[in-house]
Amino acid sequence: MGKTIRIDAKGVHYTPLNIMLREAVADGVKEIILDNVLGQRFIGNGLRGDDVSIKINGVAGGDLAMFMSGPEIIVNGNCDHAPGNTMDSGRIIIHGSAGDATAHSMRGGEVYVRDNIGYRGGIHMKEYQEKRPVLVVGGTARAFLGEYMAGGLLIVLGLNSLFPVNERGVGSGIHGGKIILRGDIDESKLGIGAKKEKLKVEDLEEIRPYIKKFSKYFGLNSEELLKSEFTKIIPASSRPFANKYCWE
Amino acid sequence: MCGIISVIDRSKNYMDGGAIKNALALMNERGSGEGAGYAVYGAYPDYKDYYALHVFYDNIVEPKEAVEELLEKWGKIEYAEEIPTYEQDRLRKQHIPWRYFFKPDIRLLAGTCSPEEDAIINIVNKVNTEIKGALIFSSGKDIGVFKASGWPEDVANFYRIEDYEGYIWMGHNRYPTNTSGWWGGAHPFNLLNWSVIHNGEITSYGTNRRYIESFGYKCTMKTDTEVVAYLADLLGRRHELPEELSVKALAPPFWDDIDRMSENERDLHTALRMAYGGALMNGPFAIVIAKPEGIVGFTDRIKLRPMIAAESGDRLYISSEEAAIRTMEQNLDRVWMPSAGEPVIGMVRR
Repeated sequence: MGKTIRIDAKGVHYTPLNIMLREAVADGVKEIILDNVLGQRFIGNGLRGDDVSIKINGVAGGDLAMFMSGPEIIVNGNCDHAPGNTMDSGRIIIHGSAGDATAHSMRGGEVYVRDNIGYRGGIHMKEYQEKRPVLVVGGTARAFLGEYMAGGLLIVLGLNSLFPVNERGVGSGIHGGKIILRGDIDESKLGIGAKKEKLKVEDLEEIRPYIKKFSKYFGLNSEELLKSEFTKIIPASSRPFANKYCWE
Repeated sequence: MCGIISVIDRSKNYMDGGAIKNALALMNERGSGEGAGYAVYGAYPDYKDYYALHVFYDNIVEPKEAVEELLEKWGKIEYAEEIPTYEQDRLRKQHIPWRYFFKPDIRLLAGTCSPEEDAIINIVNKVNTEIKGALIFSSGKDIGVFKASGWPEDVANFYRIEDYEGYIWMGHNRYPTNTSGWWGGAHPFNLLNWSVIHNGEITSYGTNRRYIESFGYKCTMKTDTEVVAYLADLLGRRHELPEELSVKALAPPFWDDIDRMSENERDLHTALRMAYGGALMNGPFAIVIAKPEGIVGFTDRIKLRPMIAAESGDRLYISSEEAAIRTMEQNLDRVWMPSAGEPVIGMVRR
């Protein structure tokens, strides 16, 4: 067992807080508990380290785990905008909701949100070779989900609601990656460049491990969940705006 | 990027300004120290029948004499004083804030159904465009706006904002982008009973300004937000639109959404868009508008700026960040993200 430390984050600015985190990880601490977090941005920014676990008790500010590579962050509370922004690898598990642009430009790793996310979830998610980011949302997403998405996997389960997403512009400008919705979506909600397809067996196999993890983290039955109907949204082409030099 | 926060106690229990100062300071990352301000409703119970005119003076000789001469011509100054301020290390006192409790003489304005308000608007326009070195930045009854160039906590301490109490509070932390930071450019913007805080930019400012100036309003603050205060006055007071419809005129549904509405709804929203085309605001924004009866918050139609709402008992909070709300109240009954272009309304109980 590695060392554990507990930090009271009350009133601590994110710069000293991140210095404490880095020093702890450099000292070989494997578990860090942050209490009384309230709106501090950039927690775990650029943090590196495998088998490091950070628990956040409170409301995390914007850009949680930005550029992070390796650690696992568990948030007991809501997150502000863009958790997982350009995250490289590792995992964020949010026992609550997250704000706009969740998983913004994410390039690797996994983000699990128990409840809802705001607008533009997964905007600009990308992938390269073995790097393939995943965002799983238990509740609902808002408009412009997967906007300009270039890669990765985005799953919205819509638990406890009629639709996983019921607003406009879903997959607007998508040119790579995949959005999987539990349930259906009206064609009128799709953005430019997005098309809807039926789920294939290999798609189901692809989401299975992430649904299983999601169910484990939040105490759900994954087999029941996997029996649901799913819809897939993918790019209609790899260059949705090829013929648009400018907006007319 | 700016930070906004507002709270209303719907049973009109008064709150002092200490809590909102801390909430706004929590969002310091959203500002640049070049502008912050507060508005409080219920600020002047002893003078609640008088218009509380807050003025920035560059000096207290010529501009002050000119303003007072104008006020004496239009009505009666019941009481006047320098607004008490307290020196802060990081805040340079560039203007001298003064306040007047004033009642216009309605006999001077014939042929209008709102002589008092029209007199005040005339005075505000005249002072802000014609009297050099004077700026009226707050002109409502029982309402006070307190603002300056500085960080939220410094501006609050400069005015000792915790000494004021009210049932509606607004706070704004400015990050100026398109125009430079100055005292008059800090939020909230106020005209009569309306106050506005705004995060974002109104890219349709030129259109909105031409539209609102055609109704006699004058834009003098060198920033886009003031048009929102004047549009709120035009739509809400002069045209008597209810809050929901005012918001739908300012941030209307898209035409393709209108096409999918039921016939009645479609007719209503088509008519609103046709009638108020010049009031339609484009660009990224999250805005809270206050009047004595309540507050309304809304964002642009595609949600390019953050806005979170929360409730705790009789209190409704609207802010850029949930964390800011939680500095004011840890135990919230409900926290939610309102939909783009949809108003969040908190009105005092009758």
